[in-house]
Amino acid sequence: MVFALLPKKSPNRDGGEVEIEKDLRVEDMEATPSGQDGPVLVSRENRQTVGVGTVENPRMTCRNVDIYYGDNHAIKNVSLDIGRNEVIAMIGPSGCGKSTFLRCLNRMNDTIEGCRITGEITLDGINIYDPKIDVVPLRAQVGMVFQKPNPFPKSIYDNIAYGPKIHGLKGSKSALDEIVETSLKKAGLWNEVKDRLDKPGTGLSGGQQQRLCIARTIAVNPEVILMDEPCSALDPIATAVIEDLIDELREQYTIVIVTHSMQQASRVSQRTAYFHLGDLIEIGPTEVIFTNPRHELTQDYITGRFG
Amino acid sequence: MSPATILTVLLIFSSVAYYLGRKRAFAVAGKAGGIRYLHSRPTYYGALTALWCGIPALLLFGLWLALEDKIITNLVVSGLPEAIRTLPENRLNLVVNDIKNLVNGNVVAGAVTATIQEAAVHYRNLKATSNAALAVGVFSLGIVATAVIRSKISSTLRARNLVEQLIEYFLIACSCLAILTTIGIILSVLFEAIRFFKAVPLTDFLFGLEWSPQMAIRADQVGSSGAFGAIPVLSGTLMISAIAMLVAVPIGLMSAIYLAEYANRRFRDIAKPLLEILAGIPTVVYGFFAAITVAPFVRRLGFTLGLDVSSESALAAGLVMGIMIIPFVSSLSDDVINAVPQALRDGAYSLGATRSETIKQVVLPAALPGIVGSILLAVSRAIGETMIVVMAAGLAANLTLNPFKTVTTVTVQIVTLLIGDQEFDSPKTLAAFALGLLLFVVTLLLNVIALHVVRRYREQYE
Repeated sequence: MVFALLPKKSPNRDGGEVEIEKDLRVEDMEATPSGQDGPVLVSRENRQTVGVGTVENPRMTCRNVDIYYGDNHAIKNVSLDIGRNEVIAMIGPSGCGKSTFLRCLNRMNDTIEGCRITGEITLDGINIYDPKIDVVPLRAQVGMVFQKPNPFPKSIYDNIAYGPKIHGLKGSKSALDEIVETSLKKAGLWNEVKDRLDKPGTGLSGGQQQRLCIARTIAVNPEVILMDEPCSALDPIATAVIEDLIDELREQYTIVIVTHSMQQASRVSQRTAYFHLGDLIEIGPTEVIFTNPRHELTQDYITGRFG
Repeated sequence: MSPATILTVLLIFSSVAYYLGRKRAFAVAGKAGGIRYLHSRPTYYGALTALWCGIPALLLFGLWLALEDKIITNLVVSGLPEAIRTLPENRLNLVVNDIKNLVNGNVVAGAVTATIQEAAVHYRNLKATSNAALAVGVFSLGIVATAVIRSKISSTLRARNLVEQLIEYFLIACSCLAILTTIGIILSVLFEAIRFFKAVPLTDFLFGLEWSPQMAIRADQVGSSGAFGAIPVLSGTLMISAIAMLVAVPIGLMSAIYLAEYANRRFRDIAKPLLEILAGIPTVVYGFFAAITVAPFVRRLGFTLGLDVSSESALAAGLVMGIMIIPFVSSLSDDVINAVPQALRDGAYSLGATRSETIKQVVLPAALPGIVGSILLAVSRAIGETMIVVMAAGLAANLTLNPFKTVTTVTVQIVTLLIGDQEFDSPKTLAAFALGLLLFVVTLLLNVIALHVVRRYREQYE
């Protein structure tokens, strides 16, 4: 019965098949029942990833990723896949490395001195840390929305047009106008700003600014959008608008979202990954993670025991 | 007791008053049931007592010193014999001066007569009495004020509010001082300049094309006609400043961009202080460098290229001045570029912008006000610079656009006008003030224009 709940093998580790079988043997696990008659959970001391991190036909794959800031080992041997047209949420207590992991998916960590990454991260089968890869087009393919809205101190129009312009998509003025309009429409901001496109983007409200940042990212037409706690600075109404937006965007884009709010993760994502102190503790379908966690740490977190 | 001693003792009194007030506050607090029953912290009661002790006494001290000399002089004069008192005013002043010099032990102009000797003794006596009275007055005022405020200390006395109010007045006075000084400087320059414009018409000064400030000391002197056209001098200033800015702005800005955006921490930590050392070199030393190294080099270079370069050229002075003001541009610009939030760079990078696109289109527009500010500071330095020009560009006021020629600047002309034997009210000397006023107006205009540019083009973050 215990075996049935646990993965027989963990294909997200290179050659990890045998190792995992050994690791997860019932007698090694010091498994403790969480409730009177609940399922047996993986012990807190066990820091191997529980759950299946792989998907069929993934957009991005991460294998044995380790990230160091100087001597600090921020992410430890994380392997997971990011599927096409899915929203994958990364949750975990503060300082668990989820934002760090997110930022290395489009090499934003390159700008941080002393940051070192080992392992393999691929986008459509190409290793993005290959020395031959140019980081600039990669970031156009993997866009990012940040925790704090960071519109450029330019007009709303120029904020959106900036990306297309630098990628030479400008063509005629009318083509650019169209990109601006469709991006703002997709981000659900068009009706609010269409009469003041020449006003500075920094003059918008927090929620509008964040949608402007999403529109700006969409305008470059990326394949993957990374969102680093996009709603943490917003009120509940603005949050709801952005969550709806994420749901719509899923049809065209792959979205990776880091969030502190478990409700948000359960509302917007299809898969959820739980990080704890640099380890990927558990990964699986969102409803499974939130209803039947299989690791004690995950259960602690989602039941609000810590974090 | 000399005024300095009185002041020192008053300071000691005031410190003692601080402890008395604080002690009193503790005593009051003890009766009320603890410090938390006091309105303010005990140190505020101490400070209040010290201020009460010091400020009225200090005001009396200042007032006394301001009026003392006038009163004593009047008393001494009224004690002089009738014959001296009825002298015309300027002669009387000379006598009074003699008396004062005798008192202070300086050289006395005229013969020391018995009358003057007597007056000097009288003066000295009055002075001693006055000092003693001052000491008594100041100290008793301090003590009385301390006693009054000490008796007022209670748990409900709002000492903190009173002290903070006084400190606020002090801060207001400090900021007013700077503004008033500026106004005073402008007025003093303005009045002297107006005197100059009475001798030389304003239009001649502003639009005259010849600068040759020779004024005759005697009426029959040869070559006594002065020409006070400011255009050649002003054009020299503008040309040298323009050359300096052409050197300093690109180099300074590029080095700021490198330091802020590209350089690693170690290089930055070493390079930035080294660059700032440039700002610490005295301008006279730059002057040597310009006159001995750069000017001959420019001359040789011009000779090789078949150009006629004078040994003191605007180019040499401008180049060295440009090097001098590089750190103003680079260091300040580096700071403002660093102050642009990382989030803006991240936003641009995450859209796939390259480093140079990010810097040119996001970082620099956001940092523009600070960069313009740093350039303005550099321009002001360049326009006001004197020493390098004296040593490397010469004194001849040529109206020319050729940077290989000798030119002169407004500041250099001010210096040369004010040195040497000249009556202070001759147009030659007064011209210095007119030039100063002109310089002031020019820099003010530059500031206004720059402010306008910044308002127009800046991209305000936050």
